Amino acid sequence: MGTISEKIFSRASGKDVKADDFTMAKIDYAMAHDGTSILAVRAFKAMEVNSVWDPSRIIIPFDHLVPANNESTATLQFNIRKWVLEQGIEHFYDVGSGICHQVLPEQGFALPGKLIVGADSHSCTYGAFGAFGTGVGATDMAEIFATGELWFKVPQTIKVTSHGSLNNMITAKDLVLHIVGKVGADGATYKAMEFYGQTISELSISGRMTLCNMAIEMGAKAGIVPADKITFDYLQDRAAEEYEPVYADEDANYIKDFQINASDLEPQVALPHQVDNVVSVSEVPKTKVDQVFIGTCTNGRLEDLELAAKVLKNEKVAVRTIIIPASREVMKEALVNGTLATLLEAGATIGMPGCGPCLGGHMGVIAPGEVCVSTSNRNFRGRMGTGGYIYLASPATAAASAITGYITDPREI
Amino acid sequence: MKKIIKGRTWVFGDDIDTDVIIPGKYLRTTDMQVFADHAMEGIDPDFSKKVRPGDIVVGGNNFGCGSSREQAALALKYAGVACVVAKSFGRIFFRNAINVGLPLMEADVKCDEGDEIEVDLENGKVTVNEKEYTGNKLPDFLLGILSSGGLVPYRKTIQENK
Repeated sequence: MGTISEKIFSRASGKDVKADDFTMAKIDYAMAHDGTSILAVRAFKAMEVNSVWDPSRIIIPFDHLVPANNESTATLQFNIRKWVLEQGIEHFYDVGSGICHQVLPEQGFALPGKLIVGADSHSCTYGAFGAFGTGVGATDMAEIFATGELWFKVPQTIKVTSHGSLNNMITAKDLVLHIVGKVGADGATYKAMEFYGQTISELSISGRMTLCNMAIEMGAKAGIVPADKITFDYLQDRAAEEYEPVYADEDANYIKDFQINASDLEPQVALPHQVDNVVSVSEVPKTKVDQVFIGTCTNGRLEDLELAAKVLKNEKVAVRTIIIPASREVMKEALVNGTLATLLEAGATIGMPGCGPCLGGHMGVIAPGEVCVSTSNRNFRGRMGTGGYIYLASPATAAASAITGYITDPREI
Repeated sequence: MKKIIKGRTWVFGDDIDTDVIIPGKYLRTTDMQVFADHAMEGIDPDFSKKVRPGDIVVGGNNFGCGSSREQAALALKYAGVACVVAKSFGRIFFRNAINVGLPLMEADVKCDEGDEIEVDLENGKVTVNEKEYTGNKLPDFLLGILSSGGLVPYRKTIQENK
Protein backbone atom coordinates (compact mmCIF):
# COMPACT_ATOMS: atom_id res chain seq x y z
CA MET A 1 0.00 0.00 0.00
CA GLY A 2 1.14 3.55 0.47
CA THR A 3 3.86 5.75 1.86
CA ILE A 4 2.83 8.98 3.60
CA SER A 5 3.48 10.91 0.37
CA GLU A 6 1.41 8.50 -1.76
CA LYS A 7 -1.49 8.73 0.69
CA ILE A 8 -1.41 12.54 0.97
CA PHE A 9 -1.27 12.91 -2.82
CA SER A 10 -4.09 10.39 -3.25
CA ARG A 11 -6.29 12.43 -0.93
CA ALA A 12 -5.28 15.74 -2.54
CA SER A 13 -5.78 14.36 -6.08
CA GLY A 14 -9.13 12.74 -5.40
CA LYS A 15 -7.89 9.41 -6.78
CA ASP A 16 -5.40 6.71 -5.85
CA VAL A 17 -1.90 7.59 -7.01
CA LYS A 18 1.43 5.92 -6.41
CA ALA A 19 5.10 6.86 -6.76
CA ASP A 20 6.10 8.08 -10.25
CA ASP A 21 2.49 8.98 -11.23
CA PHE A 22 1.91 12.51 -12.52
CA THR A 23 -1.08 14.10 -10.83
CA MET A 24 -2.94 17.37 -10.31
CA ALA A 25 -3.29 17.98 -6.60
CA LYS A 26 -5.36 20.48 -4.63
CA ILE A 27 -3.23 22.62 -2.34
CA ASP A 28 -4.31 23.05 1.30
CA TYR A 29 -2.12 26.07 2.06
CA ALA A 30 0.09 28.21 -0.18
CA MET A 31 2.85 30.46 1.14
CA ALA A 32 5.03 33.11 -0.49
CA HIS A 33 7.32 35.52 1.40
CA ASP A 34 8.55 39.01 0.52
CA GLY A 35 11.40 37.55 -1.56
CA THR A 36 9.38 35.22 -3.79
CA SER A 37 6.02 37.00 -3.83
CA ILE A 38 7.56 39.80 -5.92
CA LEU A 39 7.80 37.52 -8.96
CA ALA A 40 4.78 35.40 -7.96
CA VAL A 41 2.47 38.45 -7.91
CA ARG A 42 4.00 39.66 -11.16
CA ALA A 43 3.34 36.28 -12.81
CA PHE A 44 -0.19 36.14 -11.32
CA LYS A 45 -1.00 39.54 -12.81
CA ALA A 46 0.45 38.49 -16.17
CA MET A 47 -1.87 35.46 -16.16
CA GLU A 48 -4.78 37.93 -16.28
CA VAL A 49 -6.78 36.08 -13.64
CA ASN A 50 -8.90 38.50 -11.62
CA SER A 51 -8.88 36.97 -8.19
CA VAL A 52 -7.03 34.31 -6.25
CA TRP A 53 -8.60 30.89 -5.80
CA ASP A 54 -9.06 31.20 -2.02
CA PRO A 55 -7.75 34.16 0.01
CA SER A 56 -8.19 32.17 3.24
CA ARG A 57 -5.59 29.59 2.16
CA ILE A 58 -2.82 31.96 1.10
CA ILE A 59 -0.21 33.04 3.64
CA ILE A 60 2.22 35.90 3.01
CA PRO A 61 4.89 36.46 5.70
CA PHE A 62 7.56 39.14 5.25
CA ASP A 63 10.87 37.77 6.50
CA HIS A 64 13.68 37.84 3.94
CA LEU A 65 14.72 41.48 3.73
CA VAL A 66 12.85 43.17 6.56
CA PRO A 67 12.59 45.95 7.47
CA ALA A 68 13.32 47.14 3.94
CA ASN A 69 17.00 48.05 3.46
CA ASN A 70 16.54 50.62 0.66
CA GLU A 71 13.93 52.36 -1.49
CA SER A 72 13.93 49.67 -4.14
CA THR A 73 13.09 46.89 -1.62
CA ALA A 74 10.60 49.19 0.11
CA THR A 75 8.80 49.81 -3.19
CA LEU A 76 8.61 46.11 -4.03
CA GLN A 77 7.22 45.40 -0.54
CA PHE A 78 4.76 48.30 -0.86
CA ASN A 79 3.44 46.72 -4.05
CA ILE A 80 2.99 43.32 -2.41
CA ARG A 81 1.08 44.86 0.53
CA LYS A 82 -1.17 46.62 -1.98
CA TRP A 83 -1.85 43.32 -3.79
CA VAL A 84 -2.54 41.58 -0.46
CA LEU A 85 -5.21 44.19 0.30
CA GLU A 86 -6.70 44.09 -3.20
CA GLN A 87 -7.01 40.30 -3.12
CA GLY A 88 -8.21 40.17 0.48
CA ILE A 89 -5.43 37.74 1.49
CA GLU A 90 -6.43 36.76 5.02
CA HIS A 91 -3.07 35.73 6.44
CA PHE A 92 -0.52 38.48 5.98
CA TYR A 93 2.34 38.71 8.48
CA ASP A 94 4.29 41.93 8.18
CA VAL A 95 7.80 42.92 9.30
CA GLY A 96 8.84 41.41 12.63
CA SER A 97 6.35 38.52 12.74
CA GLY A 98 9.11 36.07 11.98
CA ILE A 99 10.43 33.59 9.44
CA CYS A 100 7.75 31.99 7.25
CA HIS A 101 8.66 28.45 8.33
CA GLN A 102 8.24 29.45 11.98
CA VAL A 103 5.13 31.57 11.48
CA LEU A 104 3.11 28.88 9.64
CA PRO A 105 3.50 26.29 12.43
CA GLU A 106 2.89 28.88 15.15
CA GLN A 107 -0.31 30.00 13.43
CA GLY A 108 -1.47 26.41 13.08
CA PHE A 109 -1.23 25.97 9.30
CA ALA A 110 1.37 23.17 9.39
CA LEU A 111 -0.99 20.26 10.04
CA PRO A 112 -0.70 16.49 9.69
CA GLY A 113 -1.85 15.11 6.36
CA LYS A 114 -2.02 18.49 4.60
CA LEU A 115 -0.38 19.40 1.29
CA ILE A 116 1.41 22.69 1.89
CA VAL A 117 3.35 24.39 -0.89
CA GLY A 118 5.63 27.34 -0.28
CA ALA A 119 7.56 29.58 -2.64
CA ASP A 120 10.67 28.82 -0.62
CA SER A 121 12.85 25.75 -0.78
CA HIS A 122 12.75 25.14 2.98
CA SER A 123 8.99 24.59 2.92
CA CYS A 124 9.89 20.96 3.63
CA THR A 125 10.03 22.11 7.29
CA TYR A 126 6.26 21.43 7.59
CA GLY A 127 7.03 17.72 7.31
CA ALA A 128 7.88 17.94 11.02
CA PHE A 129 4.09 17.88 11.58
CA GLY A 130 3.36 14.93 9.28
CA ALA A 131 2.41 17.25 6.41
CA PHE A 132 3.73 17.06 2.86
CA GLY A 133 5.49 20.42 2.65
CA THR A 134 7.44 21.31 -0.46
CA GLY A 135 8.99 24.30 -2.21
CA VAL A 136 8.28 25.73 -5.65
CA GLY A 137 9.27 28.85 -7.56
CA ALA A 138 7.33 32.04 -8.17
CA THR A 139 5.44 31.07 -11.34
CA ASP A 140 4.25 27.78 -9.83
CA MET A 141 3.03 29.85 -6.88
CA ALA A 142 1.18 32.17 -9.27
CA GLU A 143 -0.48 29.09 -10.79
CA ILE A 144 -1.61 28.04 -7.29
CA PHE A 145 -2.87 31.57 -6.56
CA ALA A 146 -4.92 31.31 -9.76
CA THR A 147 -6.22 27.75 -9.55
CA GLY A 148 -5.46 26.20 -6.14
CA GLU A 149 -3.88 23.25 -7.92
CA LEU A 150 -0.47 22.18 -9.18
CA TRP A 151 0.98 19.22 -11.07
CA PHE A 152 3.30 16.87 -9.22
CA LYS A 153 5.18 13.70 -9.84
CA VAL A 154 4.41 11.60 -6.77
CA PRO A 155 7.82 10.95 -5.23
CA GLN A 156 9.43 7.67 -4.30
CA THR A 157 10.37 7.56 -0.63
CA ILE A 158 13.57 6.88 1.29
CA LYS A 159 12.99 5.54 4.81
CA VAL A 160 15.47 6.75 7.42
CA THR A 161 15.51 5.04 10.81
CA SER A 162 17.63 6.54 13.56
CA HIS A 163 18.39 4.34 16.58
CA GLY A 164 19.38 5.45 20.07
CA SER A 165 19.15 8.68 22.08
CA LEU A 166 21.18 11.83 21.49
CA ASN A 167 23.82 12.58 24.13
CA ASN A 168 24.19 15.80 26.10
CA MET A 169 24.93 18.83 23.84
CA ILE A 170 24.10 16.76 20.73
CA THR A 171 21.11 18.15 18.87
CA ALA A 172 18.76 17.58 15.95
CA LYS A 173 21.15 19.76 13.91
CA ASP A 174 24.02 17.35 14.51
CA LEU A 175 21.71 14.49 13.56
CA VAL A 176 20.59 16.07 10.30
CA LEU A 177 24.10 17.23 9.34
CA HIS A 178 25.23 13.63 9.87
CA ILE A 179 22.38 12.37 7.65
CA VAL A 180 23.16 14.97 4.95
CA GLY A 181 26.82 13.90 5.04
CA LYS A 182 25.87 10.24 4.55
CA VAL A 183 23.08 10.69 1.98
CA GLY A 184 24.84 13.47 0.02
CA ALA A 185 23.64 16.76 -1.43
CA ASP A 186 21.87 14.96 -4.29
CA GLY A 187 21.16 11.66 -2.53
CA ALA A 188 17.42 12.25 -2.26
CA THR A 189 16.81 14.38 -5.37
CA TYR A 190 13.16 14.18 -6.54
CA LYS A 191 12.37 11.88 -3.57
CA ALA A 192 10.60 12.15 -0.24
CA MET A 193 12.13 11.04 3.06
CA GLU A 194 10.29 9.58 6.06
CA PHE A 195 12.01 9.63 9.45
CA TYR A 196 11.50 6.92 12.09
CA GLY A 197 13.15 5.45 15.18
CA GLN A 198 13.79 6.23 18.82
CA THR A 199 15.92 9.30 18.12
CA ILE A 200 13.13 10.89 16.07
CA SER A 201 10.36 9.99 18.55
CA GLU A 202 12.37 11.69 21.29
CA LEU A 203 12.91 14.91 19.32
CA SER A 204 10.85 17.94 20.29
CA ILE A 205 8.77 19.70 17.63
CA SER A 206 11.60 22.22 17.40
CA GLY A 207 14.14 19.45 16.72
CA ARG A 208 11.87 17.80 14.16
CA MET A 209 11.59 21.13 12.34
CA THR A 210 15.40 21.39 12.25
CA LEU A 211 15.57 17.86 10.82
CA CYS A 212 12.89 18.27 8.14
CA ASN A 213 14.13 21.77 7.25
CA MET A 214 17.32 20.29 5.82
CA ALA A 215 15.68 17.54 3.72
CA ILE A 216 16.06 19.88 0.71
CA GLU A 217 19.83 19.91 1.31
CA MET A 218 19.76 16.29 0.12
CA GLY A 219 17.61 17.32 -2.83
CA ALA A 220 14.45 15.89 -1.24
CA LYS A 221 10.99 17.05 -2.23
CA ALA A 222 9.79 16.52 1.35
CA GLY A 223 11.03 15.22 4.70
CA ILE A 224 8.31 13.83 6.95
CA VAL A 225 8.05 12.78 10.60
CA PRO A 226 4.78 10.94 11.30
CA ALA A 227 2.54 12.85 13.71
CA ASP A 228 2.45 11.63 17.31
CA LYS A 229 1.57 12.93 20.79
CA ILE A 230 4.34 15.56 20.64
CA THR A 231 2.80 16.88 17.40
CA PHE A 232 -0.76 16.85 18.75
CA ASP A 233 0.31 18.61 21.97
CA TYR A 234 1.95 21.41 19.96
CA LEU A 235 -1.13 21.79 17.77
CA GLN A 236 -3.55 21.90 20.69
CA ASP A 237 -5.09 25.41 20.62
CA ARG A 238 -3.11 26.27 17.44
CA ALA A 239 -4.56 24.18 14.60
CA ALA A 240 -6.17 26.47 12.00
CA GLU A 241 -8.63 23.74 10.99
CA GLU A 242 -9.39 20.06 11.49
CA TYR A 243 -6.87 17.57 10.25
CA GLU A 244 -6.52 13.88 9.62
CA PRO A 245 -3.06 12.41 10.36
CA VAL A 246 -1.68 10.15 7.65
CA TYR A 247 0.61 7.20 8.31
CA ALA A 248 2.46 4.85 6.00
CA ASP A 249 1.05 1.35 5.58
CA GLU A 250 3.09 -1.55 6.91
CA ASP A 251 3.72 -2.83 3.42
CA ALA A 252 4.57 0.60 1.97
CA ASN A 253 7.21 0.50 -0.71
CA TYR A 254 10.50 2.31 0.01
CA ILE A 255 13.29 2.59 -2.49
CA LYS A 256 15.95 2.73 0.21
CA ASP A 257 16.10 1.83 3.88
CA PHE A 258 18.71 3.92 5.62
CA GLN A 259 19.71 2.98 9.20
CA ILE A 260 21.78 5.10 11.55
CA ASN A 261 22.88 4.87 15.15
CA ALA A 262 22.71 8.28 16.80
CA SER A 263 23.73 7.25 20.32
CA ASP A 264 27.45 7.81 19.70
CA LEU A 265 27.03 10.91 17.52
CA GLU A 266 29.46 13.80 18.11
CA PRO A 267 28.84 17.47 17.29
CA GLN A 268 28.84 17.78 13.50
CA VAL A 269 30.14 20.58 11.27
CA ALA A 270 29.56 21.11 7.52
CA LEU A 271 32.72 22.64 6.04
CA PRO A 272 32.64 25.20 3.20
CA HIS A 273 31.29 25.18 0.53
CA GLN A 274 29.16 22.05 0.44
CA VAL A 275 26.38 21.08 2.81
CA ASP A 276 27.37 17.41 2.63
CA ASN A 277 31.02 18.13 3.50
CA VAL A 278 30.29 17.01 7.06
CA VAL A 279 32.79 15.98 9.76
CA SER A 280 32.79 15.62 13.55
CA VAL A 281 33.89 18.79 15.32
CA SER A 282 37.03 16.96 16.53
CA GLU A 283 38.12 16.53 12.91
CA VAL A 284 37.87 20.25 12.06
CA PRO A 285 41.36 21.80 11.77
CA LYS A 286 41.95 24.75 14.12
CA THR A 287 39.82 27.45 12.49
CA LYS A 288 39.67 31.09 13.58
CA VAL A 289 36.17 32.52 13.51
CA ASP A 290 35.19 36.11 12.60
CA GLN A 291 31.44 35.91 13.17
CA VAL A 292 28.94 33.61 14.82
CA PHE A 293 25.33 33.62 13.66
CA ILE A 294 22.60 31.81 15.60
CA GLY A 295 19.14 31.91 14.08
CA THR A 296 17.23 31.04 10.83
CA CYS A 297 14.43 28.61 10.01
CA THR A 298 16.84 25.81 10.92
CA ASN A 299 17.88 26.92 14.42
CA GLY A 300 16.21 30.14 15.57
CA ARG A 301 13.64 28.65 17.95
CA LEU A 302 13.35 29.02 21.72
CA GLU A 303 15.06 25.66 22.36
CA ASP A 304 18.01 26.82 20.20
CA LEU A 305 18.35 30.19 21.95
CA GLU A 306 18.10 28.48 25.35
CA LEU A 307 20.85 26.05 24.40
CA ALA A 308 23.07 28.91 23.25
CA ALA A 309 22.33 30.73 26.53
CA LYS A 310 23.22 27.62 28.52
CA VAL A 311 26.65 27.54 26.85
CA LEU A 312 27.18 31.33 27.09
CA LYS A 313 26.02 31.78 30.71
CA ASN A 314 28.70 33.61 32.72
CA GLU A 315 30.97 33.66 29.65
CA LYS A 316 31.95 36.41 27.19
CA VAL A 317 31.97 36.12 23.43
CA ALA A 318 35.34 36.64 21.75
CA VAL A 319 33.92 37.43 18.31
CA ARG A 320 30.89 39.30 17.02
CA THR A 321 27.89 37.12 17.73
CA ILE A 322 24.55 37.79 16.02
CA ILE A 323 21.49 36.05 17.42
CA ILE A 324 18.17 36.35 15.61
CA PRO A 325 15.01 34.76 17.04
CA ALA A 326 12.91 32.99 14.41
CA SER A 327 9.71 34.83 15.33
CA ARG A 328 8.11 37.43 17.56
CA GLU A 329 6.65 34.59 19.67
CA VAL A 330 10.11 33.07 20.13
CA MET A 331 11.62 36.47 20.94
CA LYS A 332 8.91 37.23 23.49
CA GLU A 333 9.33 33.90 25.26
CA ALA A 334 13.11 34.30 25.28
CA LEU A 335 12.66 37.78 26.73
CA VAL A 336 10.25 36.70 29.44
CA ASN A 337 12.30 33.68 30.59
CA GLY A 338 15.59 35.59 30.74
CA THR A 339 17.31 33.89 27.81
CA LEU A 340 17.86 37.16 25.95
CA ALA A 341 19.37 38.77 29.07
CA THR A 342 21.88 35.92 29.38
CA LEU A 343 22.83 36.26 25.71
CA LEU A 344 23.19 40.04 25.97
CA GLU A 345 25.29 39.75 29.15
CA ALA A 346 27.63 37.45 27.22
CA GLY A 347 28.10 40.19 24.62
CA ALA A 348 25.86 38.86 21.87
CA THR A 349 23.81 41.12 19.60
CA ILE A 350 20.11 40.38 19.21
CA GLY A 351 18.46 41.11 15.85
CA MET A 352 14.80 41.40 14.97
CA PRO A 353 12.93 38.26 13.88
CA GLY A 354 13.52 37.30 10.25
CA CYS A 355 16.01 35.50 8.02
CA GLY A 356 18.85 37.90 8.89
CA PRO A 357 22.15 37.41 7.04
CA CYS A 358 21.50 33.77 6.05
CA LEU A 359 21.10 34.64 2.37
CA GLY A 360 23.59 37.49 2.34
CA GLY A 361 21.09 40.32 2.13
CA HIS A 362 21.76 42.36 5.27
CA MET A 363 22.29 42.27 9.06
CA GLY A 364 25.59 40.38 9.09
CA VAL A 365 27.02 39.95 5.60
CA ILE A 366 30.66 38.77 5.80
CA ALA A 367 33.73 40.14 4.05
CA PRO A 368 35.93 38.21 1.58
CA GLY A 369 38.04 35.72 3.53
CA GLU A 370 35.95 35.93 6.70
CA VAL A 371 34.74 32.83 8.52
CA CYS A 372 31.22 32.54 9.91
CA VAL A 373 29.97 29.70 12.09
CA SER A 374 26.27 29.65 11.29
CA THR A 375 23.32 27.60 12.51
CA SER A 376 21.67 28.01 9.09
CA ASN A 377 21.22 25.32 6.46
CA ARG A 378 23.45 26.40 3.55
CA ASN A 379 27.17 27.05 3.27
CA PHE A 380 27.18 27.62 -0.50
CA ARG A 381 30.01 29.68 -1.96
CA GLY A 382 29.31 33.38 -1.59
CA ARG A 383 25.92 32.93 0.10
CA MET A 384 26.62 35.27 3.03
CA GLY A 385 29.02 37.45 1.05
CA THR A 386 31.45 36.93 -1.83
CA GLY A 387 34.64 35.17 -0.72
CA GLY A 388 33.29 34.23 2.72
CA TYR A 389 33.53 30.84 4.44
CA ILE A 390 30.46 29.38 6.15
CA TYR A 391 30.68 26.50 8.64
CA LEU A 392 27.30 25.00 9.57
CA ALA A 393 26.83 23.78 13.13
CA SER A 394 24.38 23.48 16.03
CA PRO A 395 23.56 26.40 18.34
CA ALA A 396 25.70 24.71 21.02
CA THR A 397 28.76 24.46 18.77
CA ALA A 398 28.18 27.99 17.48
CA ALA A 399 27.96 29.39 21.02
CA ALA A 400 31.06 27.49 22.15
CA SER A 401 32.95 28.83 19.12
CA ALA A 402 31.82 32.37 20.00
CA ILE A 403 33.50 32.04 23.40
CA THR A 404 36.87 30.75 22.17
CA GLY A 405 36.97 32.45 18.75
CA TYR A 406 37.75 29.08 17.18
CA ILE A 407 35.47 26.25 16.06
CA THR A 408 34.93 24.46 19.36
CA ASP A 409 33.28 21.34 20.74
CA PRO A 410 30.53 22.58 23.11
CA ARG A 411 31.27 19.71 25.50
CA GLU A 412 34.64 21.34 26.25
CA ILE A 413 33.12 24.56 27.62
CA MET B 1 10.31 26.65 -28.73
CA LYS B 2 12.69 25.18 -31.23
CA LYS B 3 12.44 21.40 -31.37
CA ILE B 4 16.13 21.04 -32.04
CA ILE B 5 18.49 23.42 -30.28
CA LYS B 6 22.07 23.74 -31.45
CA GLY B 7 24.70 25.78 -29.70
CA ARG B 8 28.12 26.25 -28.18
CA THR B 9 28.60 24.76 -24.69
CA TRP B 10 29.61 26.13 -21.32
CA VAL B 11 30.52 23.21 -19.06
CA PHE B 12 30.10 23.17 -15.27
CA GLY B 13 30.49 20.46 -12.63
CA ASP B 14 28.24 18.90 -9.99
CA ASP B 15 26.03 20.69 -7.45
CA ILE B 16 25.94 24.11 -9.17
CA ASP B 17 23.70 25.86 -6.65
CA THR B 18 21.34 28.78 -7.06
CA ASP B 19 23.58 31.06 -4.97
CA VAL B 20 26.35 30.81 -7.57
CA ILE B 21 23.88 31.07 -10.48
CA ILE B 22 22.49 34.32 -9.06
CA PRO B 23 23.77 35.62 -5.69
CA GLY B 24 21.08 36.70 -3.19
CA LYS B 25 22.11 40.35 -3.24
CA TYR B 26 20.77 40.79 -6.79
CA LEU B 27 17.28 39.42 -6.15
CA ARG B 28 15.41 42.56 -5.08
CA THR B 29 14.35 43.79 -8.48
CA THR B 30 12.03 42.82 -11.30
CA ASP B 31 14.54 43.98 -13.93
CA MET B 32 15.51 40.84 -15.85
CA GLN B 33 18.67 42.55 -17.15
CA VAL B 34 20.06 42.66 -13.59
CA PHE B 35 19.69 38.88 -13.29
CA ALA B 36 21.27 38.41 -16.73
CA ASP B 37 24.23 40.69 -15.91
CA HIS B 38 25.10 38.57 -12.86
CA ALA B 39 24.35 35.08 -14.22
CA MET B 40 26.82 32.46 -12.89
CA GLU B 41 28.72 35.23 -11.14
CA GLY B 42 29.47 33.03 -8.13
CA ILE B 43 31.53 30.62 -10.22
CA ASP B 44 32.56 32.66 -13.27
CA PRO B 45 32.29 36.45 -12.79
CA ASP B 46 32.81 37.05 -16.55
CA PHE B 47 30.15 34.57 -17.71
CA SER B 48 27.58 37.21 -18.63
CA LYS B 49 30.14 39.00 -20.79
CA LYS B 50 31.29 35.82 -22.54
CA VAL B 51 27.99 34.03 -23.12
CA ARG B 52 26.31 34.55 -26.50
CA PRO B 53 22.64 34.15 -27.38
CA GLY B 54 21.94 30.53 -28.21
CA ASP B 55 24.71 29.03 -26.07
CA ILE B 56 23.98 25.88 -24.09
CA VAL B 57 24.94 25.20 -20.48
CA VAL B 58 26.03 21.65 -19.60
CA GLY B 59 26.10 20.64 -15.94
CA GLY B 60 26.71 17.53 -13.86
CA ASN B 61 24.60 16.16 -11.02
CA ASN B 62 22.08 18.32 -9.15
CA PHE B 63 22.32 21.45 -11.32
CA GLY B 64 20.39 24.33 -9.74
CA CYS B 65 20.18 22.82 -6.27
CA GLY B 66 19.33 25.08 -3.35
CA SER B 67 16.93 27.96 -3.21
CA SER B 68 13.52 28.28 -4.89
CA ARG B 69 14.62 31.57 -6.47
CA GLU B 70 13.20 31.63 -9.98
CA GLN B 71 15.73 34.35 -10.74
CA ALA B 72 18.29 31.54 -11.28
CA ALA B 73 16.41 30.23 -14.33
CA LEU B 74 15.62 33.80 -15.43
CA ALA B 75 19.29 34.83 -15.16
CA LEU B 76 20.36 32.08 -17.56
CA LYS B 77 17.43 32.71 -19.92
CA TYR B 78 17.98 36.46 -20.15
CA ALA B 79 21.76 36.00 -20.42
CA GLY B 80 20.92 34.24 -23.69
CA VAL B 81 21.26 30.59 -22.69
CA ALA B 82 19.07 28.53 -25.03
CA CYS B 83 19.03 25.28 -23.08
CA VAL B 84 20.51 23.54 -20.02
CA VAL B 85 21.59 19.91 -20.17
CA ALA B 86 22.60 18.18 -16.92
CA LYS B 87 22.85 14.70 -15.45
CA SER B 88 20.22 15.72 -12.87
CA PHE B 89 18.60 18.93 -11.64
CA GLY B 90 17.56 20.43 -8.34
CA ARG B 91 13.82 19.79 -8.61
CA ILE B 92 12.67 23.38 -8.01
CA PHE B 93 15.11 24.71 -10.63
CA PHE B 94 13.75 22.08 -13.04
CA ARG B 95 10.17 23.32 -12.54
CA ASN B 96 11.21 26.98 -12.65
CA ALA B 97 13.09 26.56 -15.94
CA ILE B 98 10.05 25.05 -17.63
CA ASN B 99 7.79 27.70 -16.12
CA VAL B 100 9.88 30.58 -17.49
CA GLY B 101 10.36 28.90 -20.86
CA LEU B 102 14.00 27.82 -20.51
CA PRO B 103 14.32 24.37 -22.14
CA LEU B 104 16.25 21.70 -20.27
CA MET B 105 17.02 18.02 -20.46
CA GLU B 106 18.44 15.40 -18.16
CA ALA B 107 21.30 13.66 -19.95
CA ASP B 108 24.75 12.43 -18.92
CA VAL B 109 26.82 14.09 -21.63
CA LYS B 110 30.60 14.13 -21.99
CA CYS B 111 31.94 17.22 -23.71
CA ASP B 112 34.45 20.03 -23.41
CA GLU B 113 33.69 23.70 -23.11
CA GLY B 114 33.07 25.25 -26.49
CA ASP B 115 31.96 22.01 -28.18
CA GLU B 116 28.95 22.32 -30.45
CA ILE B 117 25.98 20.40 -29.07
CA GLU B 118 22.56 19.50 -30.46
CA VAL B 119 19.58 18.93 -28.17
CA ASP B 120 16.49 17.21 -29.57
CA LEU B 121 13.81 17.94 -26.96
CA GLU B 122 10.98 15.99 -28.56
CA ASN B 123 12.98 12.80 -28.87
CA GLY B 124 15.10 13.15 -25.74
CA LYS B 125 18.43 12.97 -27.58
CA VAL B 126 21.64 14.96 -27.27
CA THR B 127 24.39 14.83 -29.90
CA VAL B 128 27.91 16.11 -29.34
CA ASN B 129 31.18 15.27 -31.11
CA GLU B 130 29.25 12.86 -33.35
CA LYS B 131 28.13 10.82 -30.35
CA GLU B 132 24.44 10.52 -29.52
CA TYR B 133 23.28 10.36 -25.91
CA THR B 134 19.82 9.33 -24.76
CA GLY B 135 18.40 11.70 -22.19
CA ASN B 136 15.16 11.76 -20.23
CA LYS B 137 12.51 13.05 -22.60
CA LEU B 138 10.21 15.57 -20.96
CA PRO B 139 6.57 14.49 -20.58
CA ASP B 140 4.35 15.93 -23.34
CA PHE B 141 2.50 18.35 -21.05
CA LEU B 142 5.82 19.96 -20.02
CA LEU B 143 6.89 20.21 -23.67
CA GLY B 144 3.52 21.93 -24.17
CA ILE B 145 4.31 24.52 -21.49
CA LEU B 146 7.74 25.10 -23.07
CA SER B 147 6.15 25.46 -26.52
CA SER B 148 3.89 28.20 -25.15
CA GLY B 149 6.97 30.02 -23.84
CA GLY B 150 6.34 29.17 -20.19
CA LEU B 151 3.55 28.73 -17.67
CA VAL B 152 2.23 32.32 -17.80
CA PRO B 153 1.48 32.31 -21.55
CA TYR B 154 0.24 28.71 -21.21
CA ARG B 155 -2.21 29.72 -18.46
CA LYS B 156 -3.32 32.78 -20.48
CA THR B 157 -4.15 30.57 -23.44
CA ILE B 158 -6.24 28.33 -21.18
CA GLN B 159 -8.04 31.38 -19.72
CA GLU B 160 -8.78 32.76 -23.19
CA ASN B 161 -10.18 29.45 -24.39
CA LYS B 162 -12.51 29.11 -21.41
